[in-house]
Amino acid sequence: MSDAVLPPRLSPGLSPGLAPPRPRWRAGETLTAWMLSLPAVLAYWVLLLLPTLAAVALAFTDYELGMDGFAWIGLGNFAELMTDRGFLQAFRNTLFYVAVVTPGSILGALGLALLIEGGTRGRTFFRAVFFLPVVSLTVAMASAWQYLLHPTIGPLNAVLRQVGVEGPAWLSSSGTVMWALAGIGIWENLGFNLVLFLAGLTAIPRDLYAAAEVDGARSAWSRFRLVTWPMLGPTTLFVLTITMIRAVRVFDTVKVLTQGGPDRASEVLLHTMYQEGFTYFRLGYSAAITLVFLAIVLALMWLQTRVLDKRVHYG
Amino acid sequence: MAEREAPHDMSLWRDLPRLAVLTLLGLLLLMPYIWMVSASLKPADEIFRASLALLPERLAAAQNYGRVFSLLPVAQYLWNGVIVCGGILVFQLLFAIPAGYALAKLNFRGRELVFGAVMLGLLVPPHVPALPLYLGFSSLGLLDTYTALIAPSTISVFAIFLFRQFFKSLPDDLIHAARLDGMGEMAIVWRVVLPNAWPAATAFAIFSVVAHWNDLFWPLIVVSTAEHATPALGVLFFRTTEGDDDFGALMAAAVIMTAPLVAAFLLAQRRFVEGIATTGLKG
Repeated sequence: MSDAVLPPRLSPGLSPGLAPPRPRWRAGETLTAWMLSLPAVLAYWVLLLLPTLAAVALAFTDYELGMDGFAWIGLGNFAELMTDRGFLQAFRNTLFYVAVVTPGSILGALGLALLIEGGTRGRTFFRAVFFLPVVSLTVAMASAWQYLLHPTIGPLNAVLRQVGVEGPAWLSSSGTVMWALAGIGIWENLGFNLVLFLAGLTAIPRDLYAAAEVDGARSAWSRFRLVTWPMLGPTTLFVLTITMIRAVRVFDTVKVLTQGGPDRASEVLLHTMYQEGFTYFRLGYSAAITLVFLAIVLALMWLQTRVLDKRVHYG
Repeated sequence: MAEREAPHDMSLWRDLPRLAVLTLLGLLLLMPYIWMVSASLKPADEIFRASLALLPERLAAAQNYGRVFSLLPVAQYLWNGVIVCGGILVFQLLFAIPAGYALAKLNFRGRELVFGAVMLGLLVPPHVPALPLYLGFSSLGLLDTYTALIAPSTISVFAIFLFRQFFKSLPDDLIHAARLDGMGEMAIVWRVVLPNAWPAATAFAIFSVVAHWNDLFWPLIVVSTAEHATPALGVLFFRTTEGDDDFGALMAAAVIMTAPLVAAFLLAQRRFVEGIATTGLKG
């Protein structure tokens, strides 16, 4: 996608001597093209561009639903965010979630991909098994996890009791709740990353392994270190940014399982935004949180285009 | 994808440890599904005994699933899911395919602008316009309607981008030939370009349906009654009305709402994986 993400570089003026004579637009073709694009352009304006700009504007107001008017308060909302314990907690929790889910689901997926790719039997079957969470209804599976992790009747703690350990109340004690949510997050993202790694592994030329073996790379580990890992570099970087962008959006499991509790111990950005906007109806404040969320996503996407630029060097 | 040869020609015997490890890890990953189905078959007293037996001593499937069907308008939720996902997909394709074709194959004034707008739109997660959209639907009196559920997702810049990339690889001769036959541009889009866009359209359709069937954020904002609730909301409603104690019925509800997509996935496993892996990159 890198060429598309950076359209300005393709603009004319790069090689004026070689450029073909600029084609004149034909009025008929322009009209046809705009007619064909019209539904998309209208929907884009009304349903995407205007609401997004409105959200940006809203973040600089004190608007609350039901109020007659509103005032422009500049950076007031952002100043309040800086001292809002709940928001700061949500920010930290989101970072924690990303910091656990990203390495967890990437290393797990890489290990599984190597195992699956290590032979020919059962590839399609195991790929399907590990991909299942990606297509499963998150709300329903969150309920299944709630049962699994239930402190008294849950199978996990029942297993722990068998070995003499009293398991914690995973989802209702502040010390474990984010770990439990991150664990579910890893489970959700594993299959998606696995498929990307499998595609990356398939693209590695077989002769490279043979060449490495000739050069003395006898053990599986040295083949991995000398061939697989460097050749998989671009895929790994890509999976890394994609996973972070997905993890920042955590909402469903929090909404279903903890509502941000206990005592805000599992509050995350989108859930705080949802609460402020649609429970307390503080729309201006909620919009400010949305902008913080957007800034993080944009920063990660910027990182991604940098990463994709690097990809080119691997050919 | 063609199957490749194994790095070393392996006998089943030597391959066994690898398959055993994979099977074990697979079972571990499937635990939530296994226990979900198991609990949905058990009576309450067996669930509360927290025994590790997967099979129920006394089958209570009829009670659990019966309770779900009597308490929840299950068919209504599933039907709403079909309408919402179907409606979104139809409009997405209706808007994106002609625009993608124009961007790929027509040379027109303003093309750079439109394409720039598409790229800009790709940067914005759907949560960002949510607040103003909610205000808009609220002031139009459209909250708790199919319109509110469907409309915001009808424009997919990602679909436009995807179809543009795909149409760019179609030979120009195909379109020239159609023009020489006297076909209009609209006819070309639907009768020449679309049949060739089938792989991209299927991949996008799978991605779109999975994303919207599972979405909770937007339905939660605009829907408050069972009449228009999607399956995801249905499970949530069941939890809030019935409390978190009736795990047997809750698991039965979870099984029912998860089943349609999982069944579709198991039937067309390869298409799903490829569709989501190639188009789902937007997340």
